[in-house]
Amino acid sequence: MANIRWKLITILIVFVVFAGVGVYPILAARKGIQSPSWLMDKQLKLGLDLKGGVHLELRVQTDDALRLETDTESERLREELTKRNIPFTSLVAPDPTHFRVEGVPPAQEAAFRAAANEVSANFDRSPGANGTYIFTMKPNVQLQLRDEAVVQARETLERRVNDLGVTEPSISQQGTDQILVQLPGVTDVERAKAIMGSPGLLELKIVERQAATREELLVNGQVPSGMDIVPGAGGTGNAATTTYYLVRRVASVTGRDLRSASPSLDENNQPAVKFTLSNEGGRKFGNVTGENIGRQLAIILDGRVQSAPTIQGRITTEGRITGSFTSQEVNDLALILKSGALPAKLDYLSERTIGPTLGADSIRSGVLASAVGLLLIVVFMLVYYRFSGINAVVALIFNLIILLGLMAYIGAVMTLPGIAGFVLTMGIGVDSNVLIFERIKEELEAGRSSRQAMNAGFDRVFWTLVDTHIAALISAAFLFNFGTGPIRGFATTLALGLASNLFTSIFVSKTLFELELAGRGQGAQLSI
Amino acid sequence: MHIFKNTHYNFLRWRWHALVVSWAIIIAGIYVIATKGIPKGVEFAGGTVVITQFEQQASVQQVRDALDKNYPGGGQNVVVQAYGAPGERMVLVRVPSAGAEAGQSLSGTKDTVVAALQKANIGGFRVVGTEIVGPTVGAELTSKGIWATVLSLVGILIYLAFRFQFSFGVGAVVATIHDLLVTLAFLAFFRYDMSLNVIAAILTMTGFSTNDTIVIFDRIRENLRSMRRDSMYDVINASVNQTLGRTVITSGTALLTSLALFFFGGEVLHGFAFTMVVGIITGTYSSVFIAAAIVSFWRGSAPTKAAAHAPKMVAAQPPAPQQPTRKNKAQRKARAS
Repeated sequence: MANIRWKLITILIVFVVFAGVGVYPILAARKGIQSPSWLMDKQLKLGLDLKGGVHLELRVQTDDALRLETDTESERLREELTKRNIPFTSLVAPDPTHFRVEGVPPAQEAAFRAAANEVSANFDRSPGANGTYIFTMKPNVQLQLRDEAVVQARETLERRVNDLGVTEPSISQQGTDQILVQLPGVTDVERAKAIMGSPGLLELKIVERQAATREELLVNGQVPSGMDIVPGAGGTGNAATTTYYLVRRVASVTGRDLRSASPSLDENNQPAVKFTLSNEGGRKFGNVTGENIGRQLAIILDGRVQSAPTIQGRITTEGRITGSFTSQEVNDLALILKSGALPAKLDYLSERTIGPTLGADSIRSGVLASAVGLLLIVVFMLVYYRFSGINAVVALIFNLIILLGLMAYIGAVMTLPGIAGFVLTMGIGVDSNVLIFERIKEELEAGRSSRQAMNAGFDRVFWTLVDTHIAALISAAFLFNFGTGPIRGFATTLALGLASNLFTSIFVSKTLFELELAGRGQGAQLSI
Repeated sequence: MHIFKNTHYNFLRWRWHALVVSWAIIIAGIYVIATKGIPKGVEFAGGTVVITQFEQQASVQQVRDALDKNYPGGGQNVVVQAYGAPGERMVLVRVPSAGAEAGQSLSGTKDTVVAALQKANIGGFRVVGTEIVGPTVGAELTSKGIWATVLSLVGILIYLAFRFQFSFGVGAVVATIHDLLVTLAFLAFFRYDMSLNVIAAILTMTGFSTNDTIVIFDRIRENLRSMRRDSMYDVINASVNQTLGRTVITSGTALLTSLALFFFGGEVLHGFAFTMVVGIITGTYSSVFIAAAIVSFWRGSAPTKAAAHAPKMVAAQPPAPQQPTRKNKAQRKARAS
């Protein structure tokens, strides 16, 4: 008897704890009952498919990060070779992981090697035949750069999304190069996408020359070495015409040197973005502007010259980006610059928006299906197993409460497929009771007493239940691994439901039988 | 209450018939898939879905006409259907392109659809949901889905081979593969779109369909100890009969909840619930007629291992004829354990 009392107390505690975490906050929130925040914070969260929002999958073009490294290293080698007076006919980077130097005279081989050793620690060099050397990025460096690019992209997106003022955004890496962004409640998808996808690369470069066409800037039909041609708005800020600028390839200052950026107005009261440079960036900027007074400075954003003001004097830490911006654009630009540049281009793979009405519809039909499912199971169990059916129903309701509590406690998200998992848990969970009850019936027919039959039923079926639950858990685990968002919600619900079902169908259900038989003689009958 | 009391059906006698029926369904499924393909939802095929809610009732035909007139290239590839409850005036438009192919931004096609609807004079509307999937996602998902299914089957095979004997693991896994193929066949017959939810249901089904099999196998294992003199054929038949009630009831309860989902769970879960309903029915059937039959094929009609090792046995018994009396005895023995 004492044994049963302790079991009942255990069950009661489990019930109170899980009902408190899993069910109470939902009811309290609906009825508007004031409750302590530590409890309400644990409230079961709804997925985007139920509460509405935007779900975006992006791929980070990690090749960009490799190309940047290859370009930087090949430029450094070019400078080094020029400095050391080592001749070569060409230096090109055909793909993101290779660059090739051609036409190094055999006599200069040793000198070339010395120069190459200086700069390209991240590259393997193939021995030069006929003065051609191929530099290949080391595989581990490639891997590292790709990983870094994805992590940096994720962090940059986090900063941008946080500044957008979205509550509870979720940004997570998925696979090797994908990022999943979930923004609850956002309706202006286009703006969110524009802000997230903008490279946000700010470069300040000294202008060598400018012209109305690209061709005018070419020397012997080629872009002069160490230079770039960047298009931009016409000289007067007129967006309709395009002016081309010949600028130095290496930027004087980039977005990395920024400390902050904020919306402001230019001298004509037009929206502009004001930026402040870090100490280090300020020093560099001071030197460059001091040496180039009277020349133009191109302010380049994502490969387009926004404006090219003439340097009036030495500038150290503050600057301004002007152009024909609206105030919304200025706000977004400041936000993008502050969050830093993306290390690589982002591709949108998929986009899903769910309006609040659709979400509410899904909740309504999910709740209805749950109620109907529960009703069917309860009626069936009571009709088929009579009094023992109550036992199964109590165990089932316990199972569902523990499931909700577990989900709320670990912060799992309830999605529409998750509700389906919840409904299936009822149908599959009660199976454990069916197996046990059928076994008890069989034992009773073999002439056992109620108590013997009950004990034998639970003992015999225990390992069967373990086997069926583990088989189902194996597929739930692979499902979790396969899916994202809603499907993960489903796999989580299913797995937790299986775990709590083992507890309720064995421990709770058996305790109820013991309670029923307690204090009754050998001849006690089970209604089953 | 009992639905099956002391049944003595000779299930294994039907194993060849069952094999023919199963193959017929699977081959028909393969034929439909080969000729008409598996219909793919946007998640797999890529494309754009726009769900709009109209202020005044707009018929599917009106929306289709609007797209025919105003959508570039006409609306022949566009699917238009009513969505959700009739009173909510929602219409779903699906276009097999996602803008990305044409070098536009991902939402290019969505914008074109919305613009086409705005141009037509069919009343105000709101876009309440969109789903845009670029062309690269589908292929990746397909291979991930196939891998998840294969690995989960391998996981179950390993677990069951470890818990039972290898032939049992093979029986369970072959039965599950059977369920998978039959379910795919039915999805193809009824033209359900392959979606993430359907894949989720298929994976859930692979876990669940082994449940009945495990229950029967457990009983076979238990009976192998008590029915030492009987052939595997008889042991399996007795075991299937003894567990028949629970096999049907456990599947029945799962079926009840799946039907609740099918009828009340709403538009999004339709494919999921359908897959579960088919999966549960074929899972029950295959536990009896496929899984148990495989074990009987594998082990033949030879006596059980214990019997073969018993010193009294000189040679393997000839294939056991169907002898109801023998099985009765066998069952009585099993009960007594």
